[in-house]
Amino acid sequence: MIAEIGQIALILAFLIAVAQSVLPMVGAHKADARLMAFGDKAALAQFILLGVSFIALTIVFVQSDFSVKLVTVNSHTDKPLLYKISGVWGNHEGSMLLWVLILGIYGALVPIYGKNLPAGLKARALSVQGMISVGFLGFILFTSNPFLRLNPVPINGQGLNPLLQDPGLAFHPPFLYLGYVGFSMAFSFSVAALIEGRVDAVWARWLRPWVLLAWSFLTIGITMGSIWAYYELGWGGWWMWDPVENVSFLPWLVGTALLHSILVLGKRHAMAHWTILLGITAFSLSLVGTFVVRSGVLTSVHSFAVDPARGVYILALLLLATGGGLVMFALRAHTLRGGPGFTLVSKEGGLLLNNLLLVTATFTVFLGTFYPLLIEAFTDGKISVGEPYFDRTFAPVMIVLIAFMGVGPLVKWRKDSWQSLRPHLLKSLLLVLVISGLTWWLGKSVLGALSIGVAAYLAYSTLVAFGRKIKFGQTGSMAGSMKLLRAQPAAVWGFLLGHMGIAICVVGITAMSVWAGDSAKVMKLGESMTVSGYEFTLTNMTPGAERNFQKMVGEVEVTKQGRKVATLKSARRFYQVRDMITTEAGIQVRPMRNLYVGVGEGDAEKGWVVRAYVHPMVNWIWLGALMIALAGFVSILDRGQKREVSS
Amino acid sequence: MKLTWKGIIPLVVFLALGIAFAIGLTKDPSKLPSQMINRPFPDFSLPDLLDMDATIDQSYFDGQVTLVNIFGSWCVACDQEHPVLMKLARNNEIPILGVDWRDTVEKGRRWLARGGNPYTRVVFDADSMLAIDLGVTGAPESFIVDKQGNIRYKFIGPISEKIWRDELKPFVLMLEAEQ
Amino acid sequence: MRVIFILVITMFASLPVLPALAQTPSEAEIELRAKEVGRALRCVVCQNQPIEESDASLAQDMRKLVRARIRKGDSNEEVMAFMQNRYGDFVLLKPPVQANTYLLWFTPAALLGFFLIWYVVRVRRGSAKIDAPTLSADELKRFTALANDQEKNQ
Repeated sequence: MIAEIGQIALILAFLIAVAQSVLPMVGAHKADARLMAFGDKAALAQFILLGVSFIALTIVFVQSDFSVKLVTVNSHTDKPLLYKISGVWGNHEGSMLLWVLILGIYGALVPIYGKNLPAGLKARALSVQGMISVGFLGFILFTSNPFLRLNPVPINGQGLNPLLQDPGLAFHPPFLYLGYVGFSMAFSFSVAALIEGRVDAVWARWLRPWVLLAWSFLTIGITMGSIWAYYELGWGGWWMWDPVENVSFLPWLVGTALLHSILVLGKRHAMAHWTILLGITAFSLSLVGTFVVRSGVLTSVHSFAVDPARGVYILALLLLATGGGLVMFALRAHTLRGGPGFTLVSKEGGLLLNNLLLVTATFTVFLGTFYPLLIEAFTDGKISVGEPYFDRTFAPVMIVLIAFMGVGPLVKWRKDSWQSLRPHLLKSLLLVLVISGLTWWLGKSVLGALSIGVAAYLAYSTLVAFGRKIKFGQTGSMAGSMKLLRAQPAAVWGFLLGHMGIAICVVGITAMSVWAGDSAKVMKLGESMTVSGYEFTLTNMTPGAERNFQKMVGEVEVTKQGRKVATLKSARRFYQVRDMITTEAGIQVRPMRNLYVGVGEGDAEKGWVVRAYVHPMVNWIWLGALMIALAGFVSILDRGQKREVSS
Repeated sequence: MKLTWKGIIPLVVFLALGIAFAIGLTKDPSKLPSQMINRPFPDFSLPDLLDMDATIDQSYFDGQVTLVNIFGSWCVACDQEHPVLMKLARNNEIPILGVDWRDTVEKGRRWLARGGNPYTRVVFDADSMLAIDLGVTGAPESFIVDKQGNIRYKFIGPISEKIWRDELKPFVLMLEAEQ
Repeated sequence: MRVIFILVITMFASLPVLPALAQTPSEAEIELRAKEVGRALRCVVCQNQPIEESDASLAQDMRKLVRARIRKGDSNEEVMAFMQNRYGDFVLLKPPVQANTYLLWFTPAALLGFFLIWYVVRVRRGSAKIDAPTLSADELKRFTALANDQEKNQ
């Protein structure tokens, strides 16, 4: 019964989406206020119906109703409640339902927060949102229906992928989707603005918070994925340049470019073309991300052949959305006004460079991710593109980007000169020399020293830029600076947090790539090995069992110069239901380093494979990333008006 | 209607990418390239699973077309393939050299005892010595070796009766006709 | 006599040492080099994972083989070539620079170069065109006054 309610709600939502994609657009064309207003109601109705449908699926999962095929395949009565719930989106069909639910939420927020939007723009944007809804709801209903019944009803389910039975991963997809789907707003409003022929500062300021919201969620989603990969897979990889990781990174990079171009559009009426294009691209890449991660359709040519119906639908959807947006752009690009000019050294120039570099970075990651697929398709060869490729292509672009990131915030809008930057650059150079020299002396790595120097330069420049805003050391009185500090708009705090976050991230990434230590050894009880000055001794192996898996827990004692530092527990889990084995790493988390142990296969006679790592400053990566996400959220509070300095 | 370069370029780039992917995805992906085709079967010298004191080496291939089959008692798809190999052995279709890969002697022998032994001899390759030399990535995988001891064909996955009949057997007959 | 004694001693002492230094690398060096090689080789049954960081059984055997070959005196390049010979380019995490990867290796740099040139050209053109109306009303008044003065002087 509950499954049927969910099914009916889904079908109704589809029908409403069809109406929503047509009527408001016609209304905007004919200037018919009633038809335009239908968009608002439809968006709200869709949200409610999708909510009902999603709740219905959740109930079915919680009740372990195995007459629903999806529950049988992906759940089990022995599973903890949390994972019964996360099981709803831990599979293709359910995750698609979550996707459209989030689309419904964003859609419903348009009428709620967009009361003072121009009626035509709002109606058209909602209509485009409706079209996206039609595409996805159609995909769910025709190829991936989550409510299909099963007959006869089995006694128990087939469990959930044990890798997904983890709090980190349970909430990773929702955040990722909040990001991906959030970019649909950028898409809809870009297309709507193209139809209207008006892309201006007001439009940019209205769209900016939505882009920030989507981007921040995406940042969190990617970070959670990275943390999960770090501790779950048992070998401490925080980023592997895996296709699945790359495709979530692509919309993030474009989103970052979009955030900066929208800033220029909002303040200086320039870069309208870029902003629109980035809006369309961010969403297209989000679509690519959705499909690659969830259905695996694009990860390899082989899986495409497994389910051609889904594959063809997905490709058509991608083609229609992106192609449609770009055709609209081609037809309407001439209506967009170029903004006022600026000189080579100027804030606009800096932000344009930021965009160009980020687009290059995006293209590089895209190429690296999909090139093996193209090679396989067009030649007889088969290649891998791994970390070494990205180290040589993506990293240099990032270094150039950071070089500009340091000075960008210091230059004035419209017109500035290198001369005005010279004092800062000289001081920075001195700082880099000192920091790099010191790092080289301590760490004995030229690359590491340079990279830490660059991070220091970025942090210093960011602080200087912030200091200038509050006239730190200029007015002569601390009180004046404090007053200015309180008066800074949220966006300035966002800038400070975001750019400092990047600097911290760079430090962590550098430390991990240059100074991480690791070793693997087959060890019997009592044996030990040394990694980066720490001695790891296998002291104990104990079998155990939990409700849904059996385990073998290895205890490793870590000492440094004879002093005990930690006792780490790493578990190998055996999930009978899926016949799968996972490794839970044992980790001691500290600000300056993590100790990390993974105990692999083996027995008392031969010994167990033990991998031990010392990861310097790895947590800085995620701390930086979370600061970046927070920066986005903080910036949303900024509505573009400067607060007056109260006297 | 006015079209500008600025407007069209993104669409052109996208269409080019789209077409490349569309062509890529419609191509038949089943043919995997193998490095080993038309190369001599790599030199090896490994114990015989059924008689650990004896060794088997490449002289085994002398003058006969052979099917080399990589298997392991841990390999689920091998169970599925096994009856087909048994039938080939019963009908004396082709000598099959088994390579018991990443296994223990005990488990490997038990597996053969349970389902029957279709192999003329079984190479015991516990540490992937031969498997890596052959560029093997999984089990089951099969190679057809010609009379001169060169690898001529590689098949990935379980051999079914249909695959044997339509794909492998014609190839074997062709090799046997060679001088 | 003493000289001969020393010579004999050093000969005996150095006999087993010298060839060891020349041919077989130390265990620590083997491990270091094996890790370097292992990070550049893809575990062929995994997703984009180097064999050094994979728990897949084939990766474990490949690790062993890498160490064995280095111990036997292979250079890092020889070990990589050995693997490439068997598994093709697929086993290399850093794709070789060759005809079918030129696009992969060089388009990012080309795109960056193109963008930088485009940036300079575009911004120059834009700034030349629209620098004038950005003067404030006050500046404009002073500018015209100045220009008028100049005209009178001529």
